[in-house]
Amino acid sequence: MKMTQKSLTLIALIALSVSPFAKAERKRVSVDGSSTVFPIMEASAEEFQNNSKGKVLVTVGISGTGGGFKKFCRGEIDIQNASRSIKQKEITKCSEAGINYIEIPIAYDAITLVVSKDNTWLKEITLAELKKIWEPSAQEKIKTWNQVRADWPEKPIRLYGAGSDSGTFDYFTEVVTGTSRASRSDYSASEDDNTLVQGVSQDTFALGYIPYSYYDNNKNKLKALAVKADAKSIGVVPSLDNIATGAYQPFARPIFLYVSINSLKKKEVEDFLGFTLGNATKLVTDVQSIPLSPKAYATAIEKVKARQPSIPGTKEAKL
Amino acid sequence: MFKKLKDASVEGTLFLSALVSVSITFAILFILFREALPFFEVVSLKEFFFDTHWAPTFYPPRYGIAPLVVGTISTTIIACVFAVPSGFLVAVLLSEYLSHRARSILKPVIELLAAIPSVVFGYFALLVVTPWLQSFFPNLQGFNRLSAGIVMGFLILPYMASLSEEALKAVPKHLREASMALGCNRLETALKVVTPSAISGISSACILTISRALGETMVVAIAAGEQANLSWDPSQPAATITAFIVNLSKGDLPHGSIGYQSIFAAGLVLSVITFSLNIMAHFFRKKFHRRYV
Repeated sequence: MKMTQKSLTLIALIALSVSPFAKAERKRVSVDGSSTVFPIMEASAEEFQNNSKGKVLVTVGISGTGGGFKKFCRGEIDIQNASRSIKQKEITKCSEAGINYIEIPIAYDAITLVVSKDNTWLKEITLAELKKIWEPSAQEKIKTWNQVRADWPEKPIRLYGAGSDSGTFDYFTEVVTGTSRASRSDYSASEDDNTLVQGVSQDTFALGYIPYSYYDNNKNKLKALAVKADAKSIGVVPSLDNIATGAYQPFARPIFLYVSINSLKKKEVEDFLGFTLGNATKLVTDVQSIPLSPKAYATAIEKVKARQPSIPGTKEAKL
Repeated sequence: MFKKLKDASVEGTLFLSALVSVSITFAILFILFREALPFFEVVSLKEFFFDTHWAPTFYPPRYGIAPLVVGTISTTIIACVFAVPSGFLVAVLLSEYLSHRARSILKPVIELLAAIPSVVFGYFALLVVTPWLQSFFPNLQGFNRLSAGIVMGFLILPYMASLSEEALKAVPKHLREASMALGCNRLETALKVVTPSAISGISSACILTISRALGETMVVAIAAGEQANLSWDPSQPAATITAFIVNLSKGDLPHGSIGYQSIFAAGLVLSVITFSLNIMAHFFRKKFHRRYV
């Protein structure tokens, strides 16, 4: 009998301690979208929450750029992370729902074509050659390097690239083959770019594509290829300068945030966005992406302050 | 009164935990079927089993499971070729040769292998074993199933050793004594008397080890290269069913898409394979079981 009383008290205590009035409802900022932008926003959210001493909860999801826009245009989220700019179909959806938004470039994303440091004969490659290697019809046909360019060795090509579920894969396939997700599938794929770095660096006849930041951290093991628009043009190597000036084409692109103007009425959303843009250079560098110029961030802050909606269809976001 | 209540509550708790594990198994099977069914509304069984390419998230998509199944089986064979004989020999050593003291030291050391997280084994394969193998076979690729298979062998060796040792230990002592009395030496006793008597336990140990290798994920996901090609060549990279699942689910695949459903279709195939192996193990245990009085 004594036991029962004791346990009853215990149960009552537990029930009390988890009861809803223990803590007031916290304010929320919800961010969702691309996995490419995710690390930046995750870092920003963490610091912002620390600074606000937990009064504001920032959730950052990864639904992909397309999945995020669906939620964004239904008004379910405040900030949308996008690894490309908004598509016409999505513009229509958003305007039907009365969602006005501001487009804010937040960083650069660049793909680097890499070979092993021990590879002495491959320094540059043209877009046509890349297409020949990577297009779906190359599967089990393009097997040796001399099939691509006659004076390259008659050795097997071993390919390494992004897993089919990453933004890098979408972007690379679209640029190289002209159709998003059209790629041969007989290559070593990984979502973990460190694994790709390891694979390519161990193999003289390997070719891989990885985000620029991973190349930057592994320059002692890897060599980046210069990319040429065609056989006659001059090859451009990926470097911070070439990416920021837009010379490294077509493998460098800006990535974006989209913020709903309705959401900006909430103070916590405005504060969070202001914090992110104010510290953007540091945040972006910390997660090993490539920051925009400080001026670009200043312009973005002005745009947010003025609540100036981005007009669908115009390319006013020139960096 | 109180004692009775205590008894009943212990019994209830035990029954409940048994019920939980059984119902979880069924819940998993149910979810696998439910999520895989829409996949087979789009993809015909013929394409699934006979197409030779697996690229469900590419454009145009291909849905032939064969490269994944071959990748899974080939890495498992490499692992088992290494782990089953050496695991068995370790078991014979532990059970028939070593003194009680030596055994009490060696056995925990071998079981320590099983305590190492498999992700560590994966990077060990990629960063240590592959470069080492490449010094013998210069043509070996950076990602290959040989290295992944061998390291997976290390990983499953303790299972084989430990389970077969249990089987050998269970053989009654008087059989060994009779064998010795007839003039057999230790090796003859171990291989000709004790092993045949323990064959049911050893064969089910063997099958459980194979199941473990089939289900192993991280080693192959890291070291075998995630490349679905229909080949048995150990120097080539491979994608296994588990490696495919873990890689795809790490990304941001939309719910309800065919790529998402393909995870469950692949998982269903793996469950069917391991499930039938486990039934086989059960069968062996029954069929070859010998009773000693």
